[in-house]
Amino acid sequence: MSAEQETLAKIDEQVKNNPVVLYMKGTPQMPSCGFSSRTAAALVETGEKFAFVNVLADPGIYEFLPKYQDWPTFPQLYIDGELQGGCDITLELAASGELKSMMTAANAKVAS
Amino acid sequence: MTMQQQIEDQVKQMLTPIYMRVDNESHMHAGPAADSHFKLVLVSPAFEGLARVKRHQCVYKALAAQMTHIHALALHTYSPKEWQDSQTIPTSPLCASRRN
Repeated sequence: MSAEQETLAKIDEQVKNNPVVLYMKGTPQMPSCGFSSRTAAALVETGEKFAFVNVLADPGIYEFLPKYQDWPTFPQLYIDGELQGGCDITLELAASGELKSMMTAANAKVAS
Repeated sequence: MTMQQQIEDQVKQMLTPIYMRVDNESHMHAGPAADSHFKLVLVSPAFEGLARVKRHQCVYKALAAQMTHIHALALHTYSPKEWQDSQTIPTSPLCASRRN
């Protein structure tokens, strides 16, 4: 397997094994980008559990994640295995209250 | 041609917007790149009935050549009807590294 295939397989596993996963620059506590910072804050605000991957700490993911779902920028939010979007979409979902209910539903699915 | 013009031309051609606004927000960010951060507000009939994630993917596809050069593109996409009902366009964040 090429480095690209291996990384894409790893991403696929992360996305499928975590009900909510955020790929971001930095961490929710120490974000390295304004867009990642806002997105992580919106997720924290829901009080729901989520996983995150710091793309700056993994050069392979940083390079190949944009190819995974044809989404060229970070952050990227996946809920229940599906790309939801980046910062703008996450904030829209948070404002409408959809974000919390989507996260609750995805987390409940795994718990049951 | 500036990056801003490239974005405008490309979007006009590919997505036939009824309203478009491109803001260069590079001054809000750290680093030397003057053409690095943009905000795009777009109203297009092509977005009617499309989920937000698909709309953004359409825009990224139209701007594939430009996306390799720019660092961030804030996107606010509306169908004509949503645009009529909408109140405000959200503001973009400053770089985390500019806050300190």
